Amino acid sequence: MKLVYFARVREALGRDDEEMEFPASVLTVGDAIDWLAAQSPRHAEAFADRSKLRFALDQRMAKPDAAIAGAAEFAIFPPVTGG
Amino acid sequence: MIRVSVQRATFDMAAETLALEAAGVGAVATFTGIVRGDDGVTAIELEHYPGMTEASLRDICDTAQARWNLSGCTILHRVGRMKLGEPIVLVVTASPHRAAALEACAFLIDRLKTDAPFWKKEYRGDGVNWVEQKTGDVARADRWDA
Repeated sequence: MKLVYFARVREALGRDDEEMEFPASVLTVGDAIDWLAAQSPRHAEAFADRSKLRFALDQRMAKPDAAIAGAAEFAIFPPVTGG
Repeated sequence: MIRVSVQRATFDMAAETLALEAAGVGAVATFTGIVRGDDGVTAIELEHYPGMTEASLRDICDTAQARWNLSGCTILHRVGRMKLGEPIVLVVTASPHRAAALEACAFLIDRLKTDAPFWKKEYRGDGVNWVEQKTGDVARADRWDA
């Protein structure tokens, strides 16, 4: 699955995107964040405050309980601040 | 008629308004967001999620068209760096009557602020910071669901 990052999350991780294969136990967006946070200290820091994270699966907003199965692109970013 | 655009260049507000007036409508409403000099802000920089941004702006316009009698709906949003006083976003709505044009215009900018994937950075003399989402903006967007 392709992970894409924006704004503060992108800067905290030092990258725009990365490919990640999640284990079978990772079913939802929330599971994926828990698993990613354990991958490196940098991931742990970027995903430390879950209240400041929002998600999109294949470019549609997704809640933490959304299933990730079948998605090709998983975006992680802070609450939006346009306008 | 729906028109959305995410662009680096500024926009021609008169031309955008005229384009909707040309449909022969009774009312056109516009909203322009402008870079504000809060606490010494000298410039802002906007990033976005290409693809999702345009789709979300179209979704917001579709929702407005389903709710109000609109003959036109335009959202133009700039990305990249903008200086104090420069326009950031333009919303234009056209309808046979003023109430629909004004309400839909307010709805579009309120929803854009909570649903469209843009992120804003502020530059001041001595530093730069990401803007935090305001709870007031979320409350304003939510009141359209009531």
